[in-house]
This record gives sequence, C-alpha cells and structure tokens, in this order.
Amino acid sequence: MFLAWRELVFARARFGLMGGVVALIAILVVLLSGLSTGLVNDGVSGLQRLPVTAFAFAEGTKTDSAFSRSTVNVDQAEAWKERQDVGDAAPFGNMLINAKATTSAGTQVPIDLALFGVEPGSFLAPAVSDGARLGDPDGLVVSQTVLDGGVSIGDTIVVDRLGTRFKVVGTTGDQRTFGHVDVAYLPLRTWQQVHAGAGPGDEVRDGAYEEATAIALRAKDGDRIDLSGGDAAAGTTSMTLEDSFSASPGYSAETSTLMLIQVFLYAISALVVGTFFTVWTIQRKHELAVIRAMGASTGYLMRDTMIQATVILTVSTAVGFLLGLGGGTLLTTTPMPFALEVAPLVFAALLLVGLGLAGAAAAVGRIVRVDPLAALGGQR
Amino acid sequence: MTTGSSTSPRPVARRADAKERGGLLVEGVTLTLGDGDATVTALDDVHLDVAPGEFVAIVGPSGSGKSSLLAVAGALTTPDSGRVLLDGVDISAASPREKARHRRERIGFVFQSGNLIPALTSLDQLRFALDVAGKRPGDGHDPRKLLERVGMGHRAGHRPHQLSGGERQRVGIARALVTRPAVLLVDEPTAALDRARSDDIVTLLAHETHESAVATVMVTHDHDVLGHCDRVLSMVDGRLTE
Ligand SMILES: Nc1ncnc2c1ncn2[C@@H]1O[C@H](COP(=O)(O)OP(=O)(O)OP(=O)(O)O)[C@@H](O)[C@H]1O
Ligand SMILES: [Mg+2]
Repeated sequence: MFLAWRELVFARARFGLMGGVVALIAILVVLLSGLSTGLVNDGVSGLQRLPVTAFAFAEGTKTDSAFSRSTVNVDQAEAWKERQDVGDAAPFGNMLINAKATTSAGTQVPIDLALFGVEPGSFLAPAVSDGARLGDPDGLVVSQTVLDGGVSIGDTIVVDRLGTRFKVVGTTGDQRTFGHVDVAYLPLRTWQQVHAGAGPGDEVRDGAYEEATAIALRAKDGDRIDLSGGDAAAGTTSMTLEDSFSASPGYSAETSTLMLIQVFLYAISALVVGTFFTVWTIQRKHELAVIRAMGASTGYLMRDTMIQATVILTVSTAVGFLLGLGGGTLLTTTPMPFALEVAPLVFAALLLVGLGLAGAAAAVGRIVRVDPLAALGGQR
Repeated sequence: MTTGSSTSPRPVARRADAKERGGLLVEGVTLTLGDGDATVTALDDVHLDVAPGEFVAIVGPSGSGKSSLLAVAGALTTPDSGRVLLDGVDISAASPREKARHRRERIGFVFQSGNLIPALTSLDQLRFALDVAGKRPGDGHDPRKLLERVGMGHRAGHRPHQLSGGERQRVGIARALVTRPAVLLVDEPTAALDRARSDDIVTLLAHETHESAVATVMVTHDHDVLGHCDRVLSMVDGRLTE
C-alpha cells in the first residue's frame, strides 16, 4: 500500500496510458451493451410483454421457423386448459404484413406490421394506454412505436394486395416489436381471414377459422408447466417463452454476433492489463529484487500490484462508462435500436474490472520468480 | 576524518561475546555454484565472527567469493554446509519464507549504487523500509532524525534521480539502518564515487556501526578507505584470511 500509491503517482503517465485504453474499451462496452439491449427489445419485446409462460406449436415444429411455419387447431387450447399446471391457454396468431397507412392529413406511408391475432376477451388481449381496447373486427391496437412513426389513432391502414382495411383504435403505450417490426394486435377472427389470404368480400376457405399459429400458455400462479406431458396430451411441440425468442427473425444471428464482439472486447481488455503489468514487472525487476532483499514477502509485493490494478481499472472503467453513457443517451434519441438498462451495464462493469484483475494477477506471478540475490552486484 | 577509528571500541574485546550478544557468526561455510562441469567453489570453509559495533572490511580479487559471502550471511543463499548465526539465530537451514523474515528483522543491506526506489523521496525510502519490515513507529529509528544524522535532512523530499551518487549512498545507509538491524551488509559502497566522496561514506558507515552497535561487513575494492575499518580480511579463491 505504501509503495503502490506513490508509484501510481510517480508513473502516472504510464498508468494513465493503460487507463486510457481501458476507458476506451469501457466506452465500447457501454455502446455494445446498449446495442444488445436495443436489439433484444427490437427483436422480441412483443413476445417479452405477452403474459405467457410457453408456446405450444404444431407437432414437430423447429425453433428457428416456429412462428412462420407452425399452424395449430384452436381446439388444441382445450386440451392444454385441462392440464393441472396450466392456468390459461388461448390461440395466438402471428404473421408479418406490408401495408399502407393513410394519415388524417391524407398522406400515405408504407408500414410493416407484425399482426398478433388474439381473442379480445382472452388473457392475451393487451392493456391499452390510449384509445379503445381490442374488440372491433377491424380495430388495431398498436405498439407505441407505430404512433412514433407518424400514424395516429383513428388513421386507416390498408393491407397490400388483399386490400383489407383496418382502423387504429388504441395503443399499448410501450414498445412492442417482433423481428424489428412493430406489433399490431387484432381480433383472432380477423387475423384468420388475413392469414387465409381472404380480402374484403372474398370467400374464406374451409377450416381457416380453426387455425392459429400456436397455443399461448400461462402457468398457474407462476409455476412451471410440464411441457412434454402437455405436448403428449394435446399433440403439440411446445417451448418456453425464452426459447421462442430464437424463432424471432434474425434474433439468434444478431445476439450471437454482438456477444462475440463483446467477448473479444473483454478478452482484449484483460490482455492489455495483463501485458501492461507484465512489462511493468519486468521493468521493475531490479527494484523488486532490492525490495525482496530487504525482506518483503511475495504477498506484500503482489498485494501492492493488485492494489494498483484495482485503482486503475476502477477509475478508468468509471470514466469510460460515464463517457459511454453520455454518448449512449444521444443514441437513444435516434432510430438506432439502442437502450441503456442498469442490470446489463452493472454486469459489464464488474466483468471488465474482474477480468482486468485476472490479467494483472496472471502477470504478478512473475514476482515470485524475482531472485533477491540479483540486488547484490552492480547491475545498476 | 578519524572519528570512526577514534571512537572505535577495541574489536578483540568484543569478538568474544559475539555468540551471546548477537552480531554475525559464520562457521565452516562452503558454497558451490553452477552445475555440471562448470561448478565453482565460491566459498571454501569460511569462518567469520563479527561483534556488534564492529566494522569489518573484506577485500579480494574479482571472482574470489566476496559477494557470495554477503549472500550467505544475508540469508539470500543457503550454504552447502556450515552454519550462519544472526543475532544468535541459526538461519542456514531456514525456508525461503523464514529467510525473508530474518532479512527484514535482522539484516540491513547497503548496495553498490544505493539501489533506491525511483518513485520514493529520501524520507519515504526510510518509511518504506519500516513498512516492509512491519515495524511500528518507535520500533525503528525515527526516519527524519536518522536522515539528519547521515547529513541528508535537507534532501528529505528529493527523489533518487535528483540526488548525487554520494547522497544516494547516504540515503541507502540510512534506509538499511532504520529498522535497527543486528547485521549490516555492505556491497562495494564506493564503487561509483570519487576519492573524497568514498572517504565520507566509509567514515559514515564506521560512525553508524559504532553508534548503532551493529555488526558490519563491507566488501570493497577500494584500499584507500580501509583505514576506517576495525579489521580487514582478504578473500582469495573462496578462502578468507586475516
Ligand atoms: N550463479 C552462479 N553460477 C555459477 N558460478 C557463479 C555464480 N555466481 C558467481 N559464480 C562464481 O562464483 C565465484 C565467486 O563469485 P562472487 O560474485 O562471490 O565474486 P566476487 O568476489 O564478489 O567478485 P567481484 O569482485 O567481481 O564482485 C566466481 O568465480 C563466480 O564466477
Ligand atoms: Mg561481487
């Protein structure tokens, strides 16, 4: 402690350089963490906000295409409802459409929507912060992000090719997106018509009104659901809500790419700190030999170096995070998928400091090998 | 500059009680260095007995084993045979951990060119030595007073790169003494100094040896400074002779 602090001050330029590198990495870590959170929100916030424990898809459905490929019969919800551990079960429709919104000012804007078909009275029906609840056959309850895009409650939305007309009746008031596309809730029956490809006045093919994408399940009192048992009874393939995130378009690729970049950043940071302290230890080899000849234990010298590492890492991570948060706050106002949340940032900061300490610890192992005998003689 | 020799007690009188009262006792120490065909007998049945307050110089040609003797006496190297007693305690068979403890509790080193810590001021060099030794203020010397005593009071706030060679050596001597060691081991303290400066430093060493009643062994090539020493021994091919 005695020497650690005085050396930090004495060699402040060198320690400052390393601290600068760690601070720059910390800035990147904040920005990437924000981007990750933003991408997760954009990819699956529509699913996250559903009061759902698990989805039961058609038997044999693969995870990566579950929402676009699966078709179940609405009656399968009944089989799930009879399960002891299932509190509620309801059919859920999911499809992506292209449409044009006509605003009250008369201008037309192209808009992509993820249609969530739910029965208006079911537990899946969304709470509304503004406007009317789900109920009208042609009434849409939309994500707040649709309104942020310039569409207002009361505006008309026309589905491309089919010509089906919807009216925006309400909003959930928060961000609900699925695969970077804004979510619009609509009554299941209307969803079934669009899903069957029936425009206004068209004949709806047989069986269309029995179809849904999956059965949404809610556990009783937050309990887990015995999925394999239920699957056997209902003839479905189910997965938890979290597992179903991977069925959101692009979700796995995006999150794993960002994960990879972050893993590299943490590794680089640990290496930079480890390399610095290795060089620092080698430079001080003679000095360390003298201190050991004076009788200092290895523990005494290691503690000193670890104190230096802790101070540098904590200060530079804090500086980097403050700068990163400053820059990140500006980004949240842009259309970029970017969101700053406390938990992932705290985790990132602890990881950065922790791995840096590990790098420093690996370097101070060299202190053990410094021979106090080297202090004798005229090396310096 | 005869303060050293004039205040010097008669070494012969002191030598007798070295075993009980502390000081340094080296008994029949042999040290072989290197391995295979390249083994060298650095120390060959060496006996040395230095009483507290006695200032012993060791001279000898290069490669004769002078530094090796300091290493063995200073608990830096374990001899192949023989015993080393510091302040009455046998350190020859100690583990590396115990050796480090003996070094911080019983030994002070003065190195060739001071070997001060670059980051520390003169005063902090002394405080640091106390910190390493785990001594509380009061157990050791008062760092500021000791710095005054070696004539470095006016350089207390200077770092090594702001000091001359002789000044560095003075701080080095104060650093070695601040923990009140039983034995002071000095390795060529004047190698980097001019004649007048060398004389000053050795005078200081002699004075402090007598003042602090520490058993001092100084290795040197410099025959001009031997007048300040109580006894001069010479080393040839690992053997020590009067
Ligand atoms: N690590 C070592 N391995 C092998 N031989 C060594 C080693 N260190 C020293 N020696 C040899 O041991 C002998 C004594 O060396 P030592 O350093 O004690 O001599 P010295 O009297 O201090 O010489 P100088 O006056 O040049 O400093 C020399 O012959 C040297 O070559
Ligand atoms: Mg030598």
